[in-house]
Amino acid sequence: MLEKALVGSKRYWMWIFSLLALAGLGTLAYLQQFAHGLGLTGLSRDVTWGLYIGQFTFLVGVAASAVMLVIPYYLHDFKKFGKIVILGEFLAVSAVTMCILFIFVDMGQPMRIMNVVLHPTLNSIMFWDSMVLMGYLILNILIGWTTLHADKKGVKPPAWVKPLIYLSIPWAVSIHTVTAFLYAGLPGRDFWLNPLIAAMFLASAFAAGPALLILLSMIVRKLTKFDPGKEQIQALAKIVTYALTAYIFFLGLKFFTVLYSKIPDKVYSIAYLYTGLNGYGKIAPIMIASSVLSIIALILLVNPSTRKNETTLALACGSLFISLWLEKGFGFVLGGFIPNTFGKIVEYWPTMIETLITIGVWAIGFLVLTVLYKVAVSVREESVYEEH
Amino acid sequence: MSIDRRQFLKIAGISTLYGVGAAAGVLWKGGIEASQYSKSPDAMKAKRWAMVVDMRKFKTEDDYKKVIHACHSIYNVPDIEDTKEEIKWIWAEKFGYVFPELKGEYMPEGVTDLPFLVLCNHCDNPPCVRVCPTQATFKRKEDGIVMMDYHRCIGCRYCMAGCPYGARSFNYRDPRPFIKEQNLKFPTRMIGVVEKCTFCNERIEKGLEPACVEASNGALIFGDLSDPESEVRKILKTNYTIRRKTKLGTSPSVYYIIGGAENA
Repeated sequence: MLEKALVGSKRYWMWIFSLLALAGLGTLAYLQQFAHGLGLTGLSRDVTWGLYIGQFTFLVGVAASAVMLVIPYYLHDFKKFGKIVILGEFLAVSAVTMCILFIFVDMGQPMRIMNVVLHPTLNSIMFWDSMVLMGYLILNILIGWTTLHADKKGVKPPAWVKPLIYLSIPWAVSIHTVTAFLYAGLPGRDFWLNPLIAAMFLASAFAAGPALLILLSMIVRKLTKFDPGKEQIQALAKIVTYALTAYIFFLGLKFFTVLYSKIPDKVYSIAYLYTGLNGYGKIAPIMIASSVLSIIALILLVNPSTRKNETTLALACGSLFISLWLEKGFGFVLGGFIPNTFGKIVEYWPTMIETLITIGVWAIGFLVLTVLYKVAVSVREESVYEEH
Repeated sequence: MSIDRRQFLKIAGISTLYGVGAAAGVLWKGGIEASQYSKSPDAMKAKRWAMVVDMRKFKTEDDYKKVIHACHSIYNVPDIEDTKEEIKWIWAEKFGYVFPELKGEYMPEGVTDLPFLVLCNHCDNPPCVRVCPTQATFKRKEDGIVMMDYHRCIGCRYCMAGCPYGARSFNYRDPRPFIKEQNLKFPTRMIGVVEKCTFCNERIEKGLEPACVEASNGALIFGDLSDPESEVRKILKTNYTIRRKTKLGTSPSVYYIIGGAENA
């Protein structure tokens, strides 16, 4: 089926080559970092994780959100999602690929990365996270590819895929839960030391992932003969609305505990993130932008008329995706490190090299996504899909 | 469908319980075994090494400097000026930053600004060891020292997020050009690995006290916490001492005797 990605319009190839160019640029930047070390990033002794780990965290969520199509289709027999469940699975493959790359570029000694497997350490959450991510990647490639192949041939998928599909549901939840545990079990980091983190991660993931899928579905409909369907998009929009509402509720819970208890260590991180602290406020504009975009998205989504109108729906999904990307892909990680363990503020801002590497990884992710979607859409275009 | 929703939920529930139970068992156990090696007959032995920092005896800036220098020169700790990338094993930090929860507005003048020596606490229950994905940092069972294997570390810096004391440094750049005089008896580190104080494990094995203790003129006391007759235990018995962030349950093995403001 992969040969379908090798034929395409001029516009398709322009897109592919632009992504390749960005990926190339990112690779060149990475070679610099590889030679001279992570000193080329904005990271420091005090803020030891930044943009890379933030992007990783955010994308684990995007990957996990495929389950928001799998559950309705396979567990609730919501047949309409049959058409687009493949888009969710392939989005997961692309997102996990980016996750793995972001972890790789964050390593001080990347050539030793296999030490995680060679010296399996069961008490390290990072060990478990790498295991569940790898498993999830394999599951989604297997499931996506096999079901699509069966569709192409016009037959039912082989029986062995079903148990894997069921397995992929708790597995999707596990990848984001374990990623939350990376943060939520560290004794000295008050901002992260919160049992709500996993729930907030899942809620924001189930909002941001399907929001991206809505936008991707609209793009696919515009550019190809395959129509993911109006009803499908509306069903996704409802999922996004519920998830975003849950997320904002959880955020409110966290804010209440922090601001009412007034425990300084807990208050300082939030104060730094949202208002700036002691004259340091590099991140505050980002967090405020994120909050404003969230509120805009919530208003547009909760109101049925703006949710049903695809133009305003697209606007809502775009704002929501950017909002959660800023919050989870950037602010969340920094909140754990600022102020540092001595109560001092050392700020962080990504460097040019770091930004180029990040863009490069996203380009590779979009490349994987484009190729997989091209294959899926070509198969769908050929056979007018029958809901079975 | 081959299994219905109810069956699925049942299986999912049972397997979740099983998984959580197994993970809890693993997490509960905690510690990691240290590697094997043969010991010199001169080696100092203890079941639990600990240090007392007697702040009353740090009077001048020089008292701090020589202790820090003793450590950093022996261990080829690079002198990087950029505070974002600096490497430090033992250094001075103001009381207000070391014990933020004890800081008070009406303390004797100068106390909040009094420099305290800080280093790795070699915790009983070290979060850095718990989080390390490769066992590159581990706690020695025989004497409780928290060690680093620079050859296994992948540079993920999870230990730095885990340490509540900011005791760990990461080599953001090649440290070698920043070493003024290299001590050829101890290896330098490479780019991209984490490092920290080792309680001078290789000096202890030769029967020598840690370098900082030796240079401190009695202001730092090192000994076996498990031996009631050891000097550290005698000091802990007769002096009021404090440790950093005890509420976190890490149980540091570095104790502080606080001095008055005249030491500032």
